[in-house]
Amino acid sequence: MNLLILFRLAMQSILRNRTRAALTMLGIVIGVAAVIVMVAVGYGARSRIREQIGNLGTNMIVITPGASTTGGVSQGAQAFATLTVADAEKIRSQSQTVVAVSPVLALRSQVLAPGGNWRTSINGVDTDYQTIRDWQTDSGSFFGPEDVRAARSVAVLGRTVAQRIFAGSDPVGQEIQIAALRFLVMGVLAPKGQTASGSDSDDVILVPYTTAATRLTGRPRIPQILVSTASQGEIPAAQEEMRVLLRESHRLSGDDDDDFTVRNQTDLATAAESSTRVMTLLMAAIASISLLVGGIGIMNIMLVSVTERTREIGIRLAIGARGADVLIQFLVESIVMGALGGVVGLVLGFTGAKVLAYFTGWETVISPLVMVGAVGFSGAVGVFFGFYPARKAAALNPIEALRYE
Amino acid sequence: MGEVVIQTDKITKTYVTGTNEVHALREVDLTVTKGELVAIMGTSGSGKSTLMNMLGCLDTPTSGSYTLDGVRVDGLGKNELAAIRNQKLGFVFQGFNLLARTSALENVELPMLYDRRGLKRDIRALAVAALERVGLGDRMEHPPNELSGGQQQRVAIARALVTEPALVLADEPTGNLDSRTSVEVMALFQELNAGGKTIVVVTHEPDIAVYATRVVRMKDGRIFSDEPVASRRDAARDLEELDRNAA
Ligand SMILES: Nc1ncnc2c1ncn2[C@@H]1O[C@H](COP(=O)(O)OP(=O)(O)OP(=O)(O)O)[C@@H](O)[C@H]1O
Ligand SMILES: [Mg+2]
Repeated sequence: MNLLILFRLAMQSILRNRTRAALTMLGIVIGVAAVIVMVAVGYGARSRIREQIGNLGTNMIVITPGASTTGGVSQGAQAFATLTVADAEKIRSQSQTVVAVSPVLALRSQVLAPGGNWRTSINGVDTDYQTIRDWQTDSGSFFGPEDVRAARSVAVLGRTVAQRIFAGSDPVGQEIQIAALRFLVMGVLAPKGQTASGSDSDDVILVPYTTAATRLTGRPRIPQILVSTASQGEIPAAQEEMRVLLRESHRLSGDDDDDFTVRNQTDLATAAESSTRVMTLLMAAIASISLLVGGIGIMNIMLVSVTERTREIGIRLAIGARGADVLIQFLVESIVMGALGGVVGLVLGFTGAKVLAYFTGWETVISPLVMVGAVGFSGAVGVFFGFYPARKAAALNPIEALRYE
Repeated sequence: MGEVVIQTDKITKTYVTGTNEVHALREVDLTVTKGELVAIMGTSGSGKSTLMNMLGCLDTPTSGSYTLDGVRVDGLGKNELAAIRNQKLGFVFQGFNLLARTSALENVELPMLYDRRGLKRDIRALAVAALERVGLGDRMEHPPNELSGGQQQRVAIARALVTEPALVLADEPTGNLDSRTSVEVMALFQELNAGGKTIVVVTHEPDIAVYATRVVRMKDGRIFSDEPVASRRDAARDLEELDRNAA
């Protein structure tokens, strides 16, 4: 019997019991659709995180205070402030590998302007910050080295802040007041959108770090020192160099743990992705259970089918079919049933993911691999759960099968 | 004497159900040569079907040996038996045993689909020819439930013939048919037999046995008489006579 005939036989048998086959396949359909939607949502979240991490800057290395755990998630990193402006200056003067360095001094403050007032993050940064984060100005310009050296009261506004306190009018050249101090607005930054953690990157005011350190009241934390290398390839070497320099600067002896963490963008992405990956896996695993249940449904219906068709099997055996012919006939039937369910599930899952994306605004990514995998897997479910009934059919004795009432 | 098609040597079949044994066949020796049309008769339970199943390689004997068309059949594996059933035998069952919801044509094609010799032949054309031979050229697309009993039996005969087997076995082929249709079926067997086919038919009815060339009678799993038919009848002529009487 060639495959075409076997396939036709399988289709005939499925079509003869349309309702029954449809109900049996429903388990597979739901399973496949659920897996596809879950994975699409997970992949979507992941690709979005990648994009956001990529948005942070180019060839960037982030140094944060506090030791990291082996899992890459910083633990109480902000609990003890171990990074200082001096660390950043040491890196600038001694590093062989990095081309740009900027500390980030962070504080929150109320900002006053003629058009309104707003509470926002004030970040004290160096001019290199613009290079590292690859952050252009939409209007005006970034402050220059002279502004930093002289600790001038100048500021560059994030898009959100500009909109909040200068509703409509051009902020460049105007004055704002941060914690009772007057600042000249030199520029407005291009929008960067959301960060990986979901906060607004544009809700920020950048000032020279010297100004932030000396003239703004309140002790600013240094949550980050950012550095960047000339190329991607130099990142590992630079990371190692940062460690050596900072250990030296922090006077850590041989067996002391690092009291800071040096990570590149890939590390950041991995850390951020790991939680979504766990979620995706978990959801896909739950969805797969439905596939399993669908498989058991196929097995059940195939067993019924073998019993119902005992006479047919007897006739086939009597006129010269081998056990293997009967086995394959039933196996093809269950594979077709599984794969058909898979294809319908695929279409449903695809549509479901699109509909979900439309209504929730979540990004969903359906990879071709998942589509092929889902249909292939449901076919495999057919093989696995169809094998036992098919073997049962093949093992029948022709005489007994013909006598079966 | 011509070429030997069937040769059994002390074939025995014993069914064991629980504690008691049923001796369905006791040391049956049967030889059938090419071109014979043998009728097997006997009371119910005398072992006719059991013998036919042995001859048809559907079941294996408890002891004894069986040579079919020069091949020792006992001791062969399942797959080899399947190949013999497929290529050397045509079996016509009492209950027709056609595949339901499958056209007459597809039913007749079936044995050729299970042929593993990889012959280059036009399966469809052979099936059509076989159906035409049994006079069903105009009903080929109909499934069994749209055919009369006699027509169904003719489809079954076409299916048994289509592979050009060395031996055609029919277990009570007329058991479910009225007397006229029974004669029709026997006319078909006689025609095939005249064409050189070896045929073994099981029947209860003496009226049917007279169309054979030889009658074997069984009792309690043994052959107790085996003789040629003295006054053999011609089924085709009987049919004409029946038509004349009806008119
Ligand atoms: N599978 C079986 N298990 C046990 N006993 C069986 C089995 N098949 C047949 N027999 C017994 O073997 C004996 C012969 O049966 P068989 O079917 O050959 O009779 P038969 O001559 O064909 O009868 P009939 O004319 O009624 O068809 C019977 O006594 C029957 O009960
Ligand atoms: Mg019988």
